[in-house]
Amino acid sequence: MKITNKIIEKHGLKLEEFENIKKLMKRDPNLLELGVFSAMWNEHCSYKSSRIHLKKLPTKGKQVIQGPGENAGVIDIGDNDAIVFKIESHNHPSYIEPYQGAATGVGGILRDVFTMGARPIALLNSIHFGSPSHPKTKSLLNGVVSGIGGYGNCIGIPTVAGETKFNETYNENILVNAMAVGHAKKDKIFYSRAKGINKSVVYVGSKTGRDGIHGASMASAEFDENSEEKKPTVQVGDPFTEKLLLEACLELMKDDSIIAIQDMGAAGLTSSSVEMASKGSLGIELNLEKVPCREENMTPYEMMLSESQERMLIILEDGKEERARKIFNKWDLDFVVIGKTTNTKNLTLKFHNKVVGEIQIDALATKAPVYKRKWVRKKIKKSKFDLRKIRNVKFEEALIKVLSSPNHSNKTWVTNQYDQMVMGDTVQRSGSDAAIIRIHNKDKAIAVTVDSSANYCNSQPKSGGKQIVCENWRNLISVGAKPLAITNCLNFGNPENEEIMGEFTECLEGIKEACEFLNYPVVSGNVSFYNGTNKKNIYPTPVIGGVGIINKLSNPISHKLKNDKSFLLLIGKTFGHIEQSCFLKENFSITDGSPPEINFFNEKNNGEAVLNLITLGLANSVHDVSSGGLIVALCEMAMSSNYGIKIEKPKKIRNPVEYFFGEDQGRYIVGINNENLTKVEKILQKNDIYYELIGFTQKKYFEIEGLMKSDVNDLFKINNQWYNQY
Amino acid sequence: MKYSITVTLKKDVLDPQGKVVENTLKNMGLNSLKSVRQGKYFEIEVEEKNEKVADKEVTQMCEKLLANLIIEDYKINKL
Amino acid sequence: MNSSVIVFPGSNCDRDIAVALERMQFKNKMVWHKDTTLPKSDLIVIPGGFSYGDYLRSGAIAGKSLIVSEIIKAANSGCLILGICNGFQILTETGLLKGTLLRNKNLKFISKDVNIKVINNETKFTSKYNSNQILKINIAHNEGNYFTKENHLEELNKENLIAFKYCDEKGVVNDRSNPNGALKNIAGIFNAKKNILGMMPHPERMIDKMISNTDGINLFSSLISK
Repeated sequence: MKITNKIIEKHGLKLEEFENIKKLMKRDPNLLELGVFSAMWNEHCSYKSSRIHLKKLPTKGKQVIQGPGENAGVIDIGDNDAIVFKIESHNHPSYIEPYQGAATGVGGILRDVFTMGARPIALLNSIHFGSPSHPKTKSLLNGVVSGIGGYGNCIGIPTVAGETKFNETYNENILVNAMAVGHAKKDKIFYSRAKGINKSVVYVGSKTGRDGIHGASMASAEFDENSEEKKPTVQVGDPFTEKLLLEACLELMKDDSIIAIQDMGAAGLTSSSVEMASKGSLGIELNLEKVPCREENMTPYEMMLSESQERMLIILEDGKEERARKIFNKWDLDFVVIGKTTNTKNLTLKFHNKVVGEIQIDALATKAPVYKRKWVRKKIKKSKFDLRKIRNVKFEEALIKVLSSPNHSNKTWVTNQYDQMVMGDTVQRSGSDAAIIRIHNKDKAIAVTVDSSANYCNSQPKSGGKQIVCENWRNLISVGAKPLAITNCLNFGNPENEEIMGEFTECLEGIKEACEFLNYPVVSGNVSFYNGTNKKNIYPTPVIGGVGIINKLSNPISHKLKNDKSFLLLIGKTFGHIEQSCFLKENFSITDGSPPEINFFNEKNNGEAVLNLITLGLANSVHDVSSGGLIVALCEMAMSSNYGIKIEKPKKIRNPVEYFFGEDQGRYIVGINNENLTKVEKILQKNDIYYELIGFTQKKYFEIEGLMKSDVNDLFKINNQWYNQY
Repeated sequence: MKYSITVTLKKDVLDPQGKVVENTLKNMGLNSLKSVRQGKYFEIEVEEKNEKVADKEVTQMCEKLLANLIIEDYKINKL
Repeated sequence: MNSSVIVFPGSNCDRDIAVALERMQFKNKMVWHKDTTLPKSDLIVIPGGFSYGDYLRSGAIAGKSLIVSEIIKAANSGCLILGICNGFQILTETGLLKGTLLRNKNLKFISKDVNIKVINNETKFTSKYNSNQILKINIAHNEGNYFTKENHLEELNKENLIAFKYCDEKGVVNDRSNPNGALKNIAGIFNAKKNILGMMPHPERMIDKMISNTDGINLFSSLISK
């Protein structure tokens, strides 16, 4: 069979990459081998465009047990407890089939976490859709939300936090990023590095079908005109089988049967076997006729490239096979020894005792291409908007516009479709700055949150990169958690375009600087390029998932006001940065200008002071100030608790719109019981924290002296109406 | 005119529901069973008298709403 | 008091209910669905979750598993049986409780805290509650829309077999306080002998102030002090 240029192209390989393959193999590959190369050398598996930049990110720290490169990152939370977590994108499949795309996204990320020996304890998501008025948005939105819920609810892991955003930049390319968090014992973490020769390679889980065989199947259809049409098929999620797989794997992991374990995710059997062998500097031999198949007459090519879900590859210790088989049989799952480790350092594929493919593991893994793509720095577009216009704005109307906008409206219609309580340890559910999950049977907890700021990143990628890490950090602080580490999902356009590559490079510079300053390392992540259509790329959208620790869970804190007679302090300085604010977007449709800058020193200093106040029990509610500025943060505090707020006329104020809607960074609102005020002020002064006493809580009314007075219930209604009318 | 329509997952698409039903039937001792695919069934009545036009409309109903052509096939029968 | 929690493939509230039972001093055992004998139990709990993925119909396939005939035997000899959420659905599929649970009226999965009212507090499950007491309890289901035939509904009313009804925070039972479209706002029912309770809300999620509230505790303390 001759490999033509067309076939190479359909496998997503460049002609020069094919030449490289021939050089490495010292011969022409056959179609199966070409398919294996295409799976390993694509952007998703090889990180060929991003690798040189990702290397710059800080990935180490006292708290880090395992950084990037494994199925998921692992951090230490003390007492032999470890937290395993990762975020991943499933953008393209979700656009094609929103329910199944989102569901399998959740399933995939869960497997990454329990593969490492962790029981998943929380799910999060960041989902981005096009303009609500775009004809496709509504069905995509409903499909994705039900898909996320469908999978998480069924498998019984609470979906506790997330964000749902709208922007026309995603009209043709939505983003669906799912994050999973698991708990493991520090001395019982499982890795994917193979060890030892002649060890059994075991296939467990669901059967293999022709799911997700992309360009590949189209190419093969050309050779066989009689074969029935093989369209790329959508992967269907089966959360029930995944639940069985989860329980079976965790049961097997109780002793030392497993040498290495790897989830069959993207590029299924190919990437899982190659990665395990590569990490162990070994070879691996697979007898493909043994692979459990769902369809009759599946070819080795299809088996190696199938992306069927709910499957794992395990390398077992000698003599452990029977015990392992029993466990998987108990859970009604396939368990088949399909191969063994070898010392050849080759991937050897056999089909009915005949070698049908043989490739050096190194050629697939360490020798995969790495590109130093060209990139250019982004020019900041100066805003042409005449800021004097905002003086004429009617304050209350402007606020209503923001509160009732799709992006700022209340999202309980989303979160009410997710089981947030199952597993019995959800201390704080969605709607707060971060969710809090108790470690089972202990009095400590973790806090988790996921954030993005595509508008900021689009206008100034480096500032945006910094901002998003800081905001994530702030969200954890706001619930009294010490931030430990992050995972990132980097959603960008086409990296072959210099401007897009520039956005990527600059965003990463920003993320790196923020992570270094805050000692907030990146332990896992995923890069998703080629988001967009030929002509239009999406806004750069890095999504950050953060995990923090609450060592003593005695009095969980949130943005909910606790009573009607607390003082409200604003920590951090307000300059009134109105460019890139949602105020300008919702009221004037203005999206140019630069985002607010981050002052790392103040960011850290303010955050640590707030965390200190919470730990000392001196704060009764805390909320970080983010998109929407001070006024939206205050409204959220009032609406979530049904208490009112009275803000006194600010002193030294330039313009109330800039003061209340400006999106200056590094700020928090802290509620303080009367009797603690002096103590709190003393601490803040001692630490050189800039703060203002802005007002106090009261009953029923949300009031800003001289500007507005509304019943909190009315604000609540305004904030909740968008979806009901959609 | 009356039609019956069955919508099933395409042959190559995983059918988790059918798989579980199949296993359960086998466990219940119904051993001759070979395979199960689960689907949806609709009965549709249209006012249109012209058979060709009606057929076309029903086909449209299937393609536009009843079946998700990315993962499902449909079959139309006249009653 | 001895309790058994039945675990089906796809059960996912089994651990949660076990935690609740143990906290309330039950001696609890987990029972795998393929087991053919039940340990000696005063209470059998069928937990929430998605047994067999809820494929075909929720609860349908679990209703055919081996352990079910043992549960029916135990029920007939007077053992107390509690089915929560998917457990309630399974009980209706086995015929131990009449009626069925249809898809929620809004066709969406609903997960939130709702108010329910104690309708009959003179049973072994509910004696520690006051009559008409309003509880705030979490629900999380796709098929919680209770439906039954007219003559059974009459029986439920006449024999005082309705355990809980959905209501608002003031106790008003109407369409607005009905989250899923259940007939007459029914959230939980007893069998004729009142030794079986099926309910959609999750009392095991309401036993810890740190997590939610303690409105579920009295269900378990009623049982332990029966």
